[in-house]
Amino acid sequence: MTDNPEELNRLRKIQQGDVRTASRLIRGIEDNLPDAKTAIRRIFSHTGRAHVVGFTGAPGAGKSTLVDAMITVFRRQAKTVGVLAVDPTSPFTGGAILGDRVRMQSHAEDPGVFVRSLATRGALGGLSKAVGDAVHVMDAMGKEMIMIETVGAGQQEVDIINHSHTVIVVLIPGMGDEIQAIKAGVMEIADIFVINKADREGAGRLENELIAMLNMVSQFPGDWRPPIIRIGNLADAEAFRESVEELAVSVNDHYQRLVETGLLGDRLRRKAIMEIHEALHDAILAPVLTDLAQSGEMDRIVERILNKESDPYTIADEIARKYPTRPKKSEKE
Amino acid sequence: MKKLRILIAKVGLDGHDRGAKSVAVGLRDAGMEVIYTGIRQTAESVVSVAVQEDVDAIGISSLAGAHMTMFPKVMRLLEEKGARDIMVFGGGIIPRDDIVELKKIGVGKLFLPGTKISDVVAYLNEAFPN
Repeated sequence: MTDNPEELNRLRKIQQGDVRTASRLIRGIEDNLPDAKTAIRRIFSHTGRAHVVGFTGAPGAGKSTLVDAMITVFRRQAKTVGVLAVDPTSPFTGGAILGDRVRMQSHAEDPGVFVRSLATRGALGGLSKAVGDAVHVMDAMGKEMIMIETVGAGQQEVDIINHSHTVIVVLIPGMGDEIQAIKAGVMEIADIFVINKADREGAGRLENELIAMLNMVSQFPGDWRPPIIRIGNLADAEAFRESVEELAVSVNDHYQRLVETGLLGDRLRRKAIMEIHEALHDAILAPVLTDLAQSGEMDRIVERILNKESDPYTIADEIARKYPTRPKKSEKE
Repeated sequence: MKKLRILIAKVGLDGHDRGAKSVAVGLRDAGMEVIYTGIRQTAESVVSVAVQEDVDAIGISSLAGAHMTMFPKVMRLLEEKGARDIMVFGGGIIPRDDIVELKKIGVGKLFLPGTKISDVVAYLNEAFPN
């Protein structure tokens, strides 16, 4: 790693919480610029202090509004807050409308709050590929609470567990056979359930179904049975505020439990493994694919497969033999 | 790959956001990432969001005659935040004389009624090549 003064200056600015520098760096990560990766290497050793909370749930479940309300609670506790709000990229045009922060605009001028919108850019797990490193950037800035909001998620968008210490699954009544629709996947990753819009008809039934589902679990890791928190109508300000505060207490309790039981270490390990996988993909597979594409070899391979002269597994073996060590990258780093 | 990020904003009490939304959707369809913050924003919040989101440009829609207050204020705040490199453009009901004045303080193109979305897209692509 080079010690050029510009790099050091960037690191210092981020540690001082400079939003412009941080947001620029996140942009670099999204755009996959080599220089952004270099910066993350520097930042990495300065991370690991923040409590990362993930919010997932169906589109329209009220995730953004809930995140907004949680910002208010954490700010009242004098904690600094970072938010990463993910919205989908159009698979047809590559464009995106990032509108989660419409609900969070009351905090726009608070220097203790940094909200950054990310588009999925083709990632399928409900997040953007840049989320992991964006968390590191906010962490290095000294944000104490980092909240990640996934895209409106269905059953399998569970990448959020790889990035959060505490996962909140937001449900709403009246979506039919609620639990059936989301039995595996998303339902299994919840550390806390929120029944949002709980003033609506069907909230009681939804809660009963959740309780019945949780009763079937014989043992919870760390003895943490996910609490179910009802959050009512925003228009009933007092009750809404109280229930959001209850959620914030649960979030904090969960973190304490992770620390006390050593489960926090497991979560960190899980994230580390995922980060290694991704980094290996970028370091080993991506250059091979680029090389194959640039040399025209990929087209020839595709032809061979289409002509049934070979099959993908044989091809993969051939390529693996051809690149026994790390290929010289087409290199910009 | 660099992707354009554009903030589309409404400032002040002007609540007519049909045009702003049309532009937002048009830019999305042209492959850009569009941050939309809703109506009734302050100049301060618009500038703050622009910095937090690291946008290339801010597009402000103005239909209620406050443009001669709002655009200069946004320009001044960007200056204060050391973010004058973020381009400001806009559109709406803006008299031609005012457009001349706003250009003088560094505001980019202001699109008038009847503009095609493709003109806005072309303008941005030209302003930010690659």
